[in-house]
Amino acid sequence: MTDATISNADAPLLAADGTPLKEKLALTTRRMKMRAFLLTVPLVLFLILSFVLPIGQMLYRSFHNPAGSNVMPNFAKAIKGWDAEQGTPGDDIIKIFVTDMAAARKNREVGKTIGNLATRVNYEIPGSRSLFTKTARRAGKITEGPYFDALVKIDKRWDNPNLWRTLQRVTEDYTLSFYLAATDRKYDETGSIVLADELYRIYLPILWKTIWMSALITALCFIIAYPVSYLLSTLPLRTSNLLMILVLLPFWTSLLVRTSAWIAMLQKSGIINNVLVYLQIIADESRIQMIYNITGTVIAMVHILLPFMILPLYSVMKTIPPSFMRAARSMGASNTYAFTKVYFPQTIPGIAAGTLLVFILAIGYYITPALVGGSDGLLISNLIADHIKKTLNWSLGAALGTILLVVVMVFYWIYNKLVGVDNLKFG
Amino acid sequence: MSLAAQQSADLDTQAFVRFEKVQKSYDGEILVVKDLNLDIPEGEFLTMLGPSGSGKTTSLMMLAGFEPATHGEIYLGGESINNVPPNKRGIGMVFQNYALFPHMTVAENLAFPLHVRNMNKSEVEAKVQRALEMVELPAMGGRRPAQLSGGQQQRVAVARALVFDPKLILMDEPLGALDKQLREQMQYEIKHIHENLGVTVVYVTHDQAEALTMSDRIAVFEDGVIQQLSTPDDLYERPQNSFVAQFIGENNKLHGKVSKIDGDIASVDLDGGGSVRAAAINVGGVGDRTTLSLRPERVEIEPAEGATDNAITGEILELIYLGDHIRTRMNVSGNTEFIVKVPNNAGNKPLAEGAKVKVGWQATDCRALDPLT
Repeated sequence: MTDATISNADAPLLAADGTPLKEKLALTTRRMKMRAFLLTVPLVLFLILSFVLPIGQMLYRSFHNPAGSNVMPNFAKAIKGWDAEQGTPGDDIIKIFVTDMAAARKNREVGKTIGNLATRVNYEIPGSRSLFTKTARRAGKITEGPYFDALVKIDKRWDNPNLWRTLQRVTEDYTLSFYLAATDRKYDETGSIVLADELYRIYLPILWKTIWMSALITALCFIIAYPVSYLLSTLPLRTSNLLMILVLLPFWTSLLVRTSAWIAMLQKSGIINNVLVYLQIIADESRIQMIYNITGTVIAMVHILLPFMILPLYSVMKTIPPSFMRAARSMGASNTYAFTKVYFPQTIPGIAAGTLLVFILAIGYYITPALVGGSDGLLISNLIADHIKKTLNWSLGAALGTILLVVVMVFYWIYNKLVGVDNLKFG
Repeated sequence: MSLAAQQSADLDTQAFVRFEKVQKSYDGEILVVKDLNLDIPEGEFLTMLGPSGSGKTTSLMMLAGFEPATHGEIYLGGESINNVPPNKRGIGMVFQNYALFPHMTVAENLAFPLHVRNMNKSEVEAKVQRALEMVELPAMGGRRPAQLSGGQQQRVAVARALVFDPKLILMDEPLGALDKQLREQMQYEIKHIHENLGVTVVYVTHDQAEALTMSDRIAVFEDGVIQQLSTPDDLYERPQNSFVAQFIGENNKLHGKVSKIDGDIASVDLDGGGSVRAAAINVGGVGDRTTLSLRPERVEIEPAEGATDNAITGEILELIYLGDHIRTRMNVSGNTEFIVKVPNNAGNKPLAEGAKVKVGWQATDCRALDPLT
């Protein structure tokens, strides 16, 4: 018996009924695991539907725009092999183009009208919209070749190989154009990537502005929140609870109400300016412009995001016993020394959590800059919203959104390198 | 004798630590420390013992400098330190939960007070290593406090309080978080460190066994006042009032009225019937109420006739076998919590629950103190 046990030492352990112990264990825990999984199913479904799918779709839309091939499927295939170096395409390709145009003009299906194509090309060559509507209108009348001459007769611009080169690019489903546009670049006439004209460079400057304004807002939040959190964490519970309610009060007020309150406060005929004029600190005609610019955005956003800094700081400070500072003091450290060497390092997880939270919220903030930002204080999200809601250039909006997402992820990565994400403490 | 010499002679005779008429109130309504006068000579291990809220920790915090005294003076080495901030007092302190800095290694923790004093690197290293060896953790310098066991953290905390060679060490219930066995071991270790280094230690605890084990003298605090300040044996054997008798060690109480005082001996009529003779320690006159204090090990079961000053009949309610002795709970003169420790001797008659037996004790072992209600 003992011999058998020894010789079987390498064999898997068996349960009393002879099945391997591991299998038996898996069997008994399976029900538990299933139940645990079932509990998460609603959340998983919700996340997939409301988060994974939309983001995936956004990412996809930013580089996939089938407007060209949808409107002119045959032409899209025909022009694929064409080489722009040989001048305008051959008449066979142009014939397909003309028939596709004529067919597209009659098409009323959403996404397949000539207007869709014209819009798409217009992104690449501003002002080219009329060329397409005009050509499409007359394309049906072209019955015999040479088709090229017929086109040139409609509009001289068809004689330009670069127009065809653009068309070739536009009819490809997968494109980098929107990322180029989102980073203030474009294809020039010969198809190479260049910076956009100075007048049209708007996205990168706004992205930079978004980043530094977020950083500024984060820094201001930190400067304001740190002493407040310290006070909250050291006061007796009754007082600190009362103060905590004051901190949380903005949370319970509608965002719109808060932002509007800032408008009432900061505008030229607002409370602050009125008081300053009344106290004769400033003259009536030199009232300070504090809203509808960067200042307004920063003030309102610091106010709104402050709780997100205070709460993690407070919860971390709450866990630091006062005996630490006392111990440092008893060992001879001055208040400043004890604070910088003992207290401050222990609040770093809270600082990390707070700054990360505020920065990421700020970088994607939309409603407040839209209301109080004027034209100066706009952030990248406002441009994205514009493209989604007004200009309906969803692909460009998606590309900007993706770039924003990447920027956030890069910051998160840098942050992780500097602080370590497992060091974060939200409470 | 010159004035300076006169002054230094005064300093020598003065206590190392002195509380003089110290009062403390947090809210202006209640005095947490009522009138504290306490002299601690250099090199002494003094324990402030008392229940929570008795003012012992507040007194310690005033000495450390974390709480200002509302009234009175505190002297350290002959100089008033009322206006000296804690970092200038040069007092080492061990906190209840050790207060080891979690973001520093053990060695960095120990080096902290040395860095504050701008000591050079080699000196710091030597001192840290010596401190680690003193608490028998020579190889733990690179660890973080969280990686140490409770007992090891405790030792590091002690080492950190000692590493900068302070003359005075304060300990605020430092062993409270340890389990019983470790606590007892650490009591001896701290005591030995104290003996070896000759520093003055002021130790705060609510655990009377700990106080008895470690201290040279114990100050029993209650209600903001020192009830008694004596050596451990004095405190146990000669409590001056009922609170101390009750708080230190196990104690049998008997309530009664003084019927006669004859020198040191008072005769007391017990409320539950019977009359006994007791040492008159803290009683008023004839007719005043008193509470008698009697240690369980001083009571004898079935004493020989005339061998004890007092003899009274009681009923055995419960017997608990504890090996070396049998803990016997009795009803004596109406007190149903009367405990007698009966030594487990070969010749003893077996006891039975419900039996009526005679118990006796000497008058000097029974102290008549202030009445407890």
